[in-house]
Order: sequence, then structure tokens, then C-alpha cells
Amino acid sequence: MSRAALLVLADGRFPAGGHAHSGGVEAAVRAGRVTAAADLAEFCRGRLHTTGLVSAALAAAAALGTDPVALDAAADARTPAPALRTAARRLGRQLMRAARATWPSPELDALARAFPKGAHQPVVLGLTARSAGLEPQDAAYCAAYESVGGPATAAVRLLGLDPFDATGVLARLAPELDRVADRAVEAAREVRDEGRLDALPAASAPLLELTAQAHAGWPVRLFAS
Amino acid sequence: MHLDHTHSGPAAVSADAHRPDGTRRALRVGLGGPVGSGKTATVAALCRALRDELSLAVVTNDIYTREDAEFLLREAVLPPERIAAVETGACPHTAIRDDISANLEAVEDLEDEVGPLDLILVESGGDNLTATFSKGLVDAQIFVIDVAGGDDIPRKGGPGVATADLLVVNKTDLAPYVGSDLARMAADAEAQRGELPVVLQSLRQEAGVRDVADWVRGRLAAWAA
Repeated sequence: MSRAALLVLADGRFPAGGHAHSGGVEAAVRAGRVTAAADLAEFCRGRLHTTGLVSAALAAAAALGTDPVALDAAADARTPAPALRTAARRLGRQLMRAARATWPSPELDALARAFPKGAHQPVVLGLTARSAGLEPQDAAYCAAYESVGGPATAAVRLLGLDPFDATGVLARLAPELDRVADRAVEAAREVRDEGRLDALPAASAPLLELTAQAHAGWPVRLFAS
Repeated sequence: MHLDHTHSGPAAVSADAHRPDGTRRALRVGLGGPVGSGKTATVAALCRALRDELSLAVVTNDIYTREDAEFLLREAVLPPERIAAVETGACPHTAIRDDISANLEAVEDLEDEVGPLDLILVESGGDNLTATFSKGLVDAQIFVIDVAGGDDIPRKGGPGVATADLLVVNKTDLAPYVGSDLARMAADAEAQRGELPVVLQSLRQEAGVRDVADWVRGRLAAWAA
């Protein structure tokens, strides 16, 4: 395997559709909950330990070889808001296209056939990492980082936030990212060793779910979610 | 990286001229240009001019609303199922150039749902003079500027003005009112573009979109040949 493949996959310029999504920060900005770098740090911390942890565990499990169709159902069960399910599947489909063009594999082809309109993005991400020859921990890091990197970039656009401050927020979250990735891999191993999908974390962020559903109905918005 | 045509499942190679079932896909023509230059009006006029002779559909890329798609729906230039809107996350040029995944999904879904199609028009959200379409998304692109945006735009050049397959200088009827020198714009455009064609049009005058429609017919004949 080439560890450098992780840099390609985790690069914000990897063409998989993420740029059009704010990870809930657009709704938080509109509601006045995120106004500056300090709020952004709290928002990202909350998202990392909920959505980020769940996504990282799903990705690690897919990278370990757990049945992606079962993982997709587990992702659905952990995503109550229809708007977020739709966004996750749309992003999964977009990632699938980029993944099949960059690291083609029969496993990706099979998942694309099973979900022509897209499987949940973290599941596709894990299988992409696997196709790229990466480890479950790499997949977990990638998913965890995406869970905060997307909102930070969106906040720069939405608030005119100083980009150095936003990047500083991400850098200071690094130790927590390490812990989340470790927990995610642990859970993924438990799923594999004990055959129990419910070993996957189900940390939820009810406010993200609620505001995502409302955001989907806004007539004017900059981001798709 | 190239996946061959016998590959099952959704198409993974964007510029591939064939659909997964082996049939030739629709010609894709992009329309880009600055805000307010008349892209949507040109798309509407093209739909009216071509809809009786071709099977066509439109993808719009609005920046923060669905207004362009809604304008086309309201004007009833095509049945609603032939118009799809893509959300671009505050960056219209990203969605047509750097990360084309959402637009590719939209064109493929249109072909699946209302196809077979001869032609798909992909309209960019209004952007700047450097915004051009990826060759992975469109087969040809039209750059639309207008006389009221300043008659020095052709002289300044830039990727859109200099390299688009067709340059349209729109709203020529306004030239006397805004002090724009049409002859100078045409000469500057020719100097920038060499052999590449330029059309000066006013959708308010009798000829309307005729020259652009003829150009599209020519590209379609070459595509089908």
C-alpha cells in the first residue's frame, strides 16, 4: 500500500462533491449560533464526536471488509433526518464516481450496482480507502477530518471568517481527531470480530438533524446541506 | 485511467461518449459567462428554437437559489422533467470545472429518466471571466457576455472569452444606450480568438437566437456523424 494515497483521498480538492455542503454550519450561522472562530470550534467539536465518530466507524468497518450493504442500513438507522440521508447518499454517489475512476475495484463496482443512486458516503469512503490499499485507521481519519473540515471551509465563505483562524480551529482539534479515529477503529474491529453491527457507535446530534431538515426547505441558501 | 465500455454498473468515466448500455449519449453544451449577461434567456430561446426538432434537456447551476430553473419552468420552455437544478455551494466555477460530479449525475439522471436525448444544455451560475467548463462535463462551451457589461471585455480576454467554442456578445440592442462600440467589440474578440466563432445577438430582435441555434445544430451534426 501507499500511505500517500491517503493524502489524495483526504485532499479537499478530491472531486467528490463535498464543496457544495456545509455540514450544518450554514443553518448554525443563520441561527446566530456560529458567529466567530470560537463558536466554530465548539460546532466542529460537537460534530466530530457525533456525526464524525459515527462516520469514522462506518468508514473503518467498510475498510475492514464488513458487508457494505449491511453498513449502509446501519448508517440509515443512525441518520434520522430524511434530508441528511439524501445528502449522504448523494455524496456517496459522487464519491463513488471519483473512487471508481481513481482506484477501480470489483468491490466498488458491486456497491455501485447495489446502490445506483448512492450508498451512504462514509461506507463508500471506507470501501474507497480499501480499494486504494489503505488501512481502516486511514479511512477513520479521513471521515473524522471531513466531518470538521467541510464546516470550517463553509464558515470561511459564510462569515468571511479569517481563514487562518478557521485552519487554527482544525489544528487544535487534532488530538481529538486522533482519539475519535482510534475509537472508530476499535468499534469496527468489534463489528468484525463479534459479528455485531450494533457495536458501531450511534452518537447523535439532534440539533444537526433538525436544522438540516429545515435547511433543506430554505428557498435561498448557499450550500446544499 | 479508463474503464472499458463493457464495464457493468453506472458509467464511471465522465467524458465517455457512450452510455453504459453502449448507446451514444447526448451532446453536452455548456453555457457560461458573467452574472446578468443573458445565459438563461439564451437557454430559453435555444429551447424554443430546437425543442420541435430535437430531444433536449437543461441543467442549471444556480448559486444560491433555484431561480434559473424556476424561470425556465415558468416560461414553460420544456416540460419540468427535462429541467434539473444543481446546487453549487457558493462556488459555481467549482461545480463546472474542478469537481463536476454533481453535474455529471444530473446529466446522467436526465438521460436515464427522459432519454434518449440528443442535446443537454448545462448552464453555469453567473461567474467571472475565468470560469470555463471541464472537458469531462461538456463537449462544447458557449461563453455569453453582453454589451452593457463593458465593451472592453473582449479586449481583456481571459479563458472564457479567448477559448470558448463560441463567444456570444448579447444585448446588442442596448449598445447605443450604454455607449458600447459593437465594431470594436467584434474586432477585439477576433483578435483574442483567431478562428473561433463570435455571434453578436439581440434576443429582442427578429433574428433572436438563430445564429447560436445554427451553431448548436452544426455541433450536433458533427457529434452524430
